[in-house]
Amino acid sequence: MGLLFHLGRYALFLKRVFARPEKCKILIKQIFREAEKLGTNSIGIVAIISVFMGAVITLQTAYNIEMPFIPKYTVGLAARDSILLEFSSTIVSLILAGKGGSNIASEIGSMRVTEQIDAIEIMGINSSGYLILPKVLGLVFMMPFLVILSMGIGITGGWLAGSLSGVVSSVDFIYGIRYAFQPFYITYSLVKASVFAFLIATISSYHGYYVEGGSLEVGIASTKAVVVSSIQILLFNLLLTQLLLA
Amino acid sequence: MIEVVNVNKTFHSKQILFDISARFEAGQTNLIIGQSGHGKTVLLKSIVGLHTIDSGQIIYGNEVFSAMDFKEQRNIRKEIGMLFQGSALFDSLSVEENVRFPLDMFSDMCNEEKLDRVNFCLNRVNLENVNKLYPSEISGGMQKRVAIARAIALNPKYLFCDEPNSGLDPKTAIVIDNLIYEITKEYGITTIINTHDMNSVMAIGEKIIYIHQGKKLWEGDKEDIFTATEQSLNDFVFASELFKRIKQKS
Repeated sequence: MGLLFHLGRYALFLKRVFARPEKCKILIKQIFREAEKLGTNSIGIVAIISVFMGAVITLQTAYNIEMPFIPKYTVGLAARDSILLEFSSTIVSLILAGKGGSNIASEIGSMRVTEQIDAIEIMGINSSGYLILPKVLGLVFMMPFLVILSMGIGITGGWLAGSLSGVVSSVDFIYGIRYAFQPFYITYSLVKASVFAFLIATISSYHGYYVEGGSLEVGIASTKAVVVSSIQILLFNLLLTQLLLA
Repeated sequence: MIEVVNVNKTFHSKQILFDISARFEAGQTNLIIGQSGHGKTVLLKSIVGLHTIDSGQIIYGNEVFSAMDFKEQRNIRKEIGMLFQGSALFDSLSVEENVRFPLDMFSDMCNEEKLDRVNFCLNRVNLENVNKLYPSEISGGMQKRVAIARAIALNPKYLFCDEPNSGLDPKTAIVIDNLIYEITKEYGITTIINTHDMNSVMAIGEKIIYIHQGKKLWEGDKEDIFTATEQSLNDFVFASELFKRIKQKS
């Protein structure tokens, strides 16, 4: 019953979010503001996670396939495929669900409990469209860039860790990352990331928008937003993988 | 003019408003008074359309506002200004951007005209040199004045104030009351104020309706209140020793 209630309310919420905007000029301005807040300001954390992620994948792969009949370049190949197919899109999305999702839910939730949303509604403005559409479009727009950045930094991290630790030579690693390259892996990863961005922005906004109470409830909504977004990311990861790769 | 006709409202199977009817005239300060939790804010939010009423009518001028959907209500909503209990200024916007917000959304003014209007509204509420400050950087009284400036930016026909004096010291509260009163007279606005501040009632109560447990029990002006026979109203208004002495003297 609770699940059906939330699904129904989420669907109606999305209908309002995607209703015709009040003024396109203001919407565009807000999209860029949100893209900066949710996307550009996350570059640091994405870079740090990616470099360590790439390094660890490379080292783990190298230690696991330390056999004479497996060529060394396989380390680069496995690291590349792991990063491209899974880690850059899913891990970065999970991190952003924590950082961006809690930010969105607490911002919208605070606006709800301090009657700022009521103030917008009273003016005759569709508050969900005005506040949330720019966040959704901003994050969906920025996510592919963050994922591409993560891929580049992740592979660089792997290359650095591999060559500095001596588990794989620079030449072998670079040969590996160029070997049997499938451009579709990038498309697949970017499609996934865009869907995840949509889920993070809408689910977090939904939890913030319907907060009732005070600051305690805003905190609870923020936590719920992160948990639900993360679970949905994992669920849709499975669905999209089956749809796009099977 | 705003008219409320036989309004009923229920929340989670608990009835909050019982058959309330009232008429609020233009160019005067109309006060809704009553204890906390007795339905004042629900009535105010029902009048502005933030709550959907179960039965009855909310009429703005000659138009039945409560029968319209969100899109149809837009034209009337553009003529509404509202001052919330906690000011409800947008935290992420500066004072200037807050006052400018309704102009950006609904007017076709150029940037210069908007800035002139913003400065005019801020001057009208006696605020200067605060344009670039954020709500968190100004006092509660100043926030209320910025909220009034935002509410009057589009020359509204209707002004709603929910507990405009809450959290303010008595002197600042009088400043806010006077400001609301002056603006109401100056622009001929239909103003409805929710309050339980007796100083406001005595200072600007041109028309007062008293709500008790969701029912309208009394209606009159600030002079009539001294001769009212409604017991719960007397218990509420003359709760303090000071007001009891005032009543005895009158």
